[in-house]
Amino acid sequence: MAAGGLPSSATLLLIIILVAAVAVAPLASAVRPVSDAHRSTAAELFAASPDGSFGDLETTYEAVRTFQILGVEKDKGLIGKACKFAAEKLASSSSSSSSPAKDLFHAVRISGVLKCSVDSGVYDDVATRLKAVIKDTNSLLELYYSVGGLLSVKEQGRNVVLPDADSTFHAIKALSQSDGRWRYDTNSAESSTFAAAVVKNDIVKLFDTIKSYDDGTFYFDEKHVDATEYKGPITTSASVVRGVTSFGDVASGKLNIPGEKVLGLAKFFLGIGLPGSAKDCFNQIEAFVPLILSLPSKVFSLTSKDQLKVEVTTVFGSAAPPLRVNLVQVLGSGSKVITTETKELQFDHDNNIHYLDIAPLKIDVGKYSLVFEISLQEPEHETVYATGGRNTETVFVTGLIKVDKAETGISDNDAGTVESVQKIDLQKDASISLSANHLQKLRLSFQLSTPLGNTFKPHQVFLKLKHESKVEHLFVVPGSARQFKIDFLGLVEKFYYLSGRYDLELSVGDAAMENSFLRALGHLELDLPEAPEKAPKPPAQAVDPFSKFGPKKEISHIFRAPEKRPPKELSFAFSGLTLIPFVGFLIGLMRLGVNLKNFPSLPAPSAFASLFHAGIGAVLLLYVLFWIKLDLFTTLKYLSFLGVFLVFVGHRALSYLSSTSSKQKTA
Amino acid sequence: MPKATSDAKLLIQSLGKAYAATPTNLKIIDLYVVFAVATALIQVVYMGIVGSFPFNSFLSGVLSCIGTAVLAVCLRIQVNKDNKEFKDLPPERAFADFVLCNLVLHLVIMNFLG
Repeated sequence: MAAGGLPSSATLLLIIILVAAVAVAPLASAVRPVSDAHRSTAAELFAASPDGSFGDLETTYEAVRTFQILGVEKDKGLIGKACKFAAEKLASSSSSSSSPAKDLFHAVRISGVLKCSVDSGVYDDVATRLKAVIKDTNSLLELYYSVGGLLSVKEQGRNVVLPDADSTFHAIKALSQSDGRWRYDTNSAESSTFAAAVVKNDIVKLFDTIKSYDDGTFYFDEKHVDATEYKGPITTSASVVRGVTSFGDVASGKLNIPGEKVLGLAKFFLGIGLPGSAKDCFNQIEAFVPLILSLPSKVFSLTSKDQLKVEVTTVFGSAAPPLRVNLVQVLGSGSKVITTETKELQFDHDNNIHYLDIAPLKIDVGKYSLVFEISLQEPEHETVYATGGRNTETVFVTGLIKVDKAETGISDNDAGTVESVQKIDLQKDASISLSANHLQKLRLSFQLSTPLGNTFKPHQVFLKLKHESKVEHLFVVPGSARQFKIDFLGLVEKFYYLSGRYDLELSVGDAAMENSFLRALGHLELDLPEAPEKAPKPPAQAVDPFSKFGPKKEISHIFRAPEKRPPKELSFAFSGLTLIPFVGFLIGLMRLGVNLKNFPSLPAPSAFASLFHAGIGAVLLLYVLFWIKLDLFTTLKYLSFLGVFLVFVGHRALSYLSSTSSKQKTA
Repeated sequence: MPKATSDAKLLIQSLGKAYAATPTNLKIIDLYVVFAVATALIQVVYMGIVGSFPFNSFLSGVLSCIGTAVLAVCLRIQVNKDNKEFKDLPPERAFADFVLCNLVLHLVIMNFLG
């Protein structure tokens, strides 16, 4: 890992950490990916744009790196395009970006991840340019990018020599601050946890800045928040973790980082679930995370004698090294200690699960906190995995609750000369019948006991009285009360003075009770006094939700029933019949000897006469069109033109006829 | 009774003779009126059989025929030379009125026909 040709001094570690932090992720070769959900989310987040790139170089690198870590298969075309994209950036000597080192750094890493075939001359050129950047810059990030780029180039098999390592180191050193924080560049007075994490030597100091959630989840955050440089807790935490693990790779000594802080960081990353942004996803995956203890099921039934099962895996879901899991403490509600006897869980090699029978623990139904301790079997693993001391898991134990001594009755007064006590079997619906007046009381008692014989206090016990008119009254039976009483005297008004038959229903429920029930007890004939004038009326009963939200009654639309039509044949027959008078008319004309001799024979008058008849025909045709499709206004518009024409032609034609007939007269 | 029948026969015969003297153009108009009224009658019979459902159509059809017949009768009155009242009115003018009235009538009929 040490850069070739450089003097190996302790301070040189700085640069190496800086580079290794990003170039190699220690958990990159995770055997099993986190989960398929992570994979599909990653694939969605890094959807390539049509031209094959993933946006800028940094995003592209994060995409290909994430795909590599998760083992997502990319198609060859996409790889080729990403390679080409990176190669273009490497080859172009004049970068348009404000930070050429950054572009080169990402481009080299992309081609490294994708194993692109890049001309060796290009790498030499890149190395030269990066060296130039190192020489000139005084910004920490620029240094980081250029040194990182050089190391990436070296990983491609090129021989790179940093000529001026000492001055580079001094440049970096100048940015450090005495309190363990770092500045981005010499011009900025602000220090940053992020910057420090990139290069820091005494890493343990970092953990002084760690912040904590209530549940023991740790995260890093920037102390000096600048709106443009704020990285967010995830980025910062991931950077710290990467830096620390990189340091762990190269340093021979053991890092003295408190185990619970490492585990807390792991929980922080896991607790994020599937973060929405690509960057968050990338950071979450590349950060190293230790062993996680989890319970496949947190509910155990005493009835079916469930086994307590514990799964220990790495955060990536792969199998943990050989280890022992001990149950060291069981805490009941209110942190009451039930047992502190240490019990070792059996290990099931096939399913990779640690298990323990819960029956010998003698724990009753309820909610418990189980405290586990993980101990690694092989001492050398302790430097690799963080177990995080004690793990506390909350579990539920459920069981069948025995119901007995259930009885109900009506009593006259508090002293309780109970007139009628009836035993009820709450295993099934009962049908007792009671009767009472407003001076009496209803008594109800039953006893619940857990499988271990203790008295059980359920969360919810309700007694429901339902009148014939569907007015309901719900009484909460205190869980602690052995006997429950309803004094009707004080409830007369609340009952709206409604006498008559009330149905009784008892419901008992608890999260730890497997046989929670709702039983009909029977009915109660209640005799209440007459309602006074101003007595409140019972509220209108809510509509049955099934009818309220159910399908509405179908509306049958009433259209006027179509008139009865005659058969078609009859109508056609009469259509034909109407033609008969016309035929008769024609025959009559022929018998009268009608002719067209009077039709003008001269060209002009005959033309006008013809036009006159054609005009009349046109108007009639227009009427037919009006009947078939035209509206009145269109018809009138055309009719006005036709009318003018017709009047003109008609006048000429008829005046000619008139003149000829007057001539005949005079002649 | 035989006498009455023969009387009626005589009456009709004399009526036929007198009508034969009517000018041809008036006969044409008469024929036209008969044609129109007959058509109207057929429609009324149809309505009697199947009912008056598209009542507007029925009215249009019948009124078209009746209206035409009435207009034709008016034309006949004006054209008849025996009517001294319309002596000055030329038959061409009467025909023009007839055509105009028919066009207006049928515009309304078509509008009503639906």
